Amino acid sequence: MNNLIDLEKKINSELTTKINRTEIKHNQIYIETDKDDLIDVVLFLKTNNDTKFKQLIDITVVDYPENNQRFEVVYLFLSHEFNQRLILKYTIAENEIIPSITSIFPGANWMEREVFDMYGVSFKDHPDLRRILTDYGFEGHPLRKDFPLTGHTEVRYSEDQKKVISEPVKLEQNYRNFDYESPWEGTKYIKEELDNNDKKN
Amino acid sequence: MTKKIKNLNLNFGPQHPAAHGVLRLILELDGEVVEKADPHIGLLHRGTEKLIENKTYMQAVPYFDRLDYVAPMNQEHAFALATEKILKIDVPIRAQFIRVIFCEIGRILSHILNVTTQAMDVGALTPTLWGFEEREKLMGFYERVSGSRLHANYFRAGGVHQDLPQGLEEDIAEFCETFPKIINDLESLLTENRIFKQRNVDIGVVTKQDALDYSFSGVMIRGSGVPWDLRKSQPYDCYEQLEFKIPVGKNGDCYDRYLCRIEEMKESVSIIKQCLSKMEKGPIKSLDGKISPPSKKEIKQSMEALIHHFKLFTEGYRVPKDEIYTAVEAPKGEFGVYLISDGSNKPYKCKIRAPGFSHLQSMDYLIKGHMLADVPAVLGSLDIVFGEVDR
Repeated sequence: MNNLIDLEKKINSELTTKINRTEIKHNQIYIETDKDDLIDVVLFLKTNNDTKFKQLIDITVVDYPENNQRFEVVYLFLSHEFNQRLILKYTIAENEIIPSITSIFPGANWMEREVFDMYGVSFKDHPDLRRILTDYGFEGHPLRKDFPLTGHTEVRYSEDQKKVISEPVKLEQNYRNFDYESPWEGTKYIKEELDNNDKKN
Repeated sequence: MTKKIKNLNLNFGPQHPAAHGVLRLILELDGEVVEKADPHIGLLHRGTEKLIENKTYMQAVPYFDRLDYVAPMNQEHAFALATEKILKIDVPIRAQFIRVIFCEIGRILSHILNVTTQAMDVGALTPTLWGFEEREKLMGFYERVSGSRLHANYFRAGGVHQDLPQGLEEDIAEFCETFPKIINDLESLLTENRIFKQRNVDIGVVTKQDALDYSFSGVMIRGSGVPWDLRKSQPYDCYEQLEFKIPVGKNGDCYDRYLCRIEEMKESVSIIKQCLSKMEKGPIKSLDGKISPPSKKEIKQSMEALIHHFKLFTEGYRVPKDEIYTAVEAPKGEFGVYLISDGSNKPYKCKIRAPGFSHLQSMDYLIKGHMLADVPAVLGSLDIVFGEVDR
């Protein structure tokens, strides 16, 4: 459909219970669904004649460590015919296994491998789930918010062992994360202190 | 008597002149025919997305230069557009023209490199030498405007860093006059060249359907006959005011993609010319002091400018809570930024969508059944740059 509002109506009426929330902003449509309905929703978006989201642009995850449902999985779709972009999202808890969409979009293969590598989210029915961007034998998932920026290990060539070895990171000076945020507009630590004082009084 | 023949596994790269960087390609060969290709990437992984999460919006810009280092400013453009849309600021018209000029220069830079090195991979050395002379001139323009030949760090949310230095407009205009001749020279070496055609025609054919399924974009999808270019279909900055054509291929093979790139360079030259003729004097960045830093002169005279300068280079600007996906037509395809801001001065999440990542993933599908000698030809026409694939 050429109009985003019509599209929103169409999706809501056709998928009813499978859609939790829809929103239009920045000329794109944002849809929230559930893990179990993912395959149905994606198939519908790809094959229906009024949607035709035939291209998967990217898959990614956003990490909110403070939430129970820690990870938000995001799929970006593009419809060439109607010149529209759609963003599909659902949340999952840590260690949850999510369905792979490689059977619908072969291009999802590496994107899902990247998500697995960077966030440690596992996919069911993925043909070849290996790490992709990090080094052979790497441990941890770098884009999680609790993974330190400096990492855990560093590599160097060892003259004794005649090979590249990895060791725990040793920094001469700790990585310093300066808080430059304006105290008037709510630097975190001052805000917390003020809140605590309010509670005490 | 029967003899069992085992397939041969061959390591292509990570150090191989035709791998265009650090690609380790594990090929399974049956004689000289490739049965399976398994690209191992990530040898240039620098954790760009993680680093951006820990930097302010202005500090994040240089990381975009280092993605596709052949056309740095096109990447910066995507990030600048994403922040501008969330901040809801307007970009002065002169800044839009400057940005488009340098994006098209980036496109020419990237296409020269690709076309000539692809020719080199299949055995022609001269185009590289001719092409690189032109690239040198273009990088000279980069240097004059930003101070650096490659890692420009020139686009900002709300405009560009500085106005064009005196005389640059004339020099770019002069380049636009001489460059079409060089394209013709390159074409005279390659387009009808018997060896070049034998190595590229009907090699690495992509059908329309597969181009969509494998998330292809840019020349890879246009070469297969899908007329899709974000500059036309979802115009950003001042592309709406410019006239240009989108070259589309027919067969989806390496040769069609080569032709598309050549035609795109000619279109880019025409876009630059139009920009130069339409450009007028005026501001080159947003006039909002909370977002774009004041000039040195203002700092000396105005207390407010001094405060703005200090705040912008320590705290940076704060971006309201929002999320957005913005894409630009980079030389290699759709380059997108999925940006989530949380109201602070640093992005909460910045996913970079690199076109090369999707293109390289289809290597197995593209090369299956081809000969070993076709690997460099296909790889060359994919236009892979590892800065953006590995991020």
